[in-house]
Amino acid sequence: MIMRDAIAGLLSAIKDEYVVCANGFISRDTFNAKDRPRNFYMLGSMGQASSIGLGLAIADPRKKVVVFDGDGNLLMNLGILAMIAQISPKNLIHVVLDNECYDSTGGQPTISSSIDLSGAAKGCGIKNVVMKGLTEDITAAFKDCLAKDGPHFLLLKVARDPSEKTPRVNIEPPEIAARFKRS
Amino acid sequence: MDAQGLKKSLKELGFDFFTGVPCSLLGGIIRALGDDYIPSVREDTALGLAAGAYLGGRKPCVLMQNSGIGYSLNVLTSLNLIYDIPVLLMISYRGFGGKDAPEHIIMGKHCVELMEAIGISSRVCSGQDLESALAEADGQIKNGKPYAVFIREGAVS
Repeated sequence: MIMRDAIAGLLSAIKDEYVVCANGFISRDTFNAKDRPRNFYMLGSMGQASSIGLGLAIADPRKKVVVFDGDGNLLMNLGILAMIAQISPKNLIHVVLDNECYDSTGGQPTISSSIDLSGAAKGCGIKNVVMKGLTEDITAAFKDCLAKDGPHFLLLKVARDPSEKTPRVNIEPPEIAARFKRS
Repeated sequence: MDAQGLKKSLKELGFDFFTGVPCSLLGGIIRALGDDYIPSVREDTALGLAAGAYLGGRKPCVLMQNSGIGYSLNVLTSLNLIYDIPVLLMISYRGFGGKDAPEHIIMGKHCVELMEAIGISSRVCSGQDLESALAEADGQIKNGKPYAVFIREGAVS
């Protein structure tokens, strides 16, 4: 499944959850599939979507927080797995869309194809770790994460679309933050 | 200023989310904060956590050594400053006046001007002046801006 379709599938299961999207095509695809005030789009600060999600999950345990992360993003902030495991917020679902490349800069490979990211999550001690391959159904696994206490780590292998031309997020950053905060 | 007094001032101003990476100069305040302090693995991660907490309705403070400014610059410039996400930075000032271990000398010489260069207001504090710096910081934070309070050796006991 290509990443854009995987994101559309995940969004179809989202109701009132807060979604923090990593920079690059993850934010762009989410914005273009279904923009909503409870989506936070990262434009820069690669690696930090997971930190923002964790901070939000700690700040308000009543909010269910979903992070749409990428493999390049996670590799840049791998220590977050240790923090999520240690703090163990029940309301956090960390989804990693792993296309094994830095897509928005031209598809240069990351090293995720030879790294066991779900093993890293398990090794840190994250309670619920699930991995889905390229051809597997992802919606049921995601719905399961939404229904049960976390923290969840859901690694989804996705394909790169070399012709991807999804437009950029066209909301000003202060408005992205302000509407997310009041939503 | 003693650490308990500083904690009280921070709480009175409404700060209710504390994270960071320690420095020996911040040992007292981190100890005073106790369970209110969340240890982060890196300074940029701490800033991300604080931004998430802010979006969740909290008033965050990040503690770090000035060496952590290096890791923090990208998050400050491509998250906090462009999304109007405020944060109080409590930064220990190693290398002040060029007297410290070698790894602190260059950052010690440039940390204040680095903050100025990216448009973040700051004050260098040595003790009781912390109180007025925090009041000034709070004004900036209410306007959606980060503010850096530099803490010199001996400023917090």
